[in-house]
Amino acid sequence: MAERFAPGQRVRVRVLDAAGHTRAPHYVRGHAGTVVAVHGHHRLPDDVVAGAADPRVEAVYAVRFAAASLWGSGEHSVTVNLWDSYLSGAESSHV
Amino acid sequence: MSDEHHHDGSIAQQVRVVEALLEERGLTDADEVDAILDSLGTPANGARVVARAWVDEGFRARLIADGNAAVAELGFSMARGPQPQLLVCVENTAEVHNVVVCTLCSCYPISLLGPSPSWYKSEAYRSRVVRDPRSVLLEFGLDLPARTEIRVWDASAETRYLVLPRRPLASEGPNEAELAELVTRNGLIGTATV
Repeated sequence: MAERFAPGQRVRVRVLDAAGHTRAPHYVRGHAGTVVAVHGHHRLPDDVVAGAADPRVEAVYAVRFAAASLWGSGEHSVTVNLWDSYLSGAESSHV
Repeated sequence: MSDEHHHDGSIAQQVRVVEALLEERGLTDADEVDAILDSLGTPANGARVVARAWVDEGFRARLIADGNAAVAELGFSMARGPQPQLLVCVENTAEVHNVVVCTLCSCYPISLLGPSPSWYKSEAYRSRVVRDPRSVLLEFGLDLPARTEIRVWDASAETRYLVLPRRPLASEGPNEAELAELVTRNGLIGTATV
């Protein structure tokens, strides 16, 4: 199964306002990060929890965010696992 | 972090009430609950993985490249839950320190670490460690050098993370089993050095 993004690419998390369950943490919504790895393909929890008969199976990416971009300060990074649906298109590589 | 600062969600409180009622009516007891929890896995499993990686460079490389295959060499499986989980081992170095959290709930590599400690599930840990890990680690007694890069891993999906601590400098002599004794649960989560 092909992936939309590869390690090293900049991606942005959609500003989601899910009606039901989702596993896109609030604190990364709207933020840009860098894909560091592809963590396989998994059923989209939004579909699974909604009881979909045939839940979408999507690539899950490990996306690294600079703390300063999330919180306005901090030298650390936070890496979050995000399903493909949670990401909009690729960003330019400029941070 | 001490217990009185924990503010668990209402589900945790409900579970405690249900467990207390079951014990009160003689339907189970604390020993039975503990025995079931112990059968799920213990931090000694993760400690064995770490000790092997410390003494066997080939194993260490395989563990970083493919955690699931490497732990299977020691008889451990990440496929005992409702769905197989991807195991990603993140290695501490002189430059990088890793720490694991699940901000959305309490995802945790139970087959390698056993049931998670209560602080791991607390809202205080989950909300603070992504924002200010250095302060949180200091509260655990872990004072990292200012130059150390801290990487927080939010196990928000199907991946489970295991931290590979740095081998203690004074541990050149001990054998693999003795090394495993040095490894703590907090070390495997990243809230301690070993």
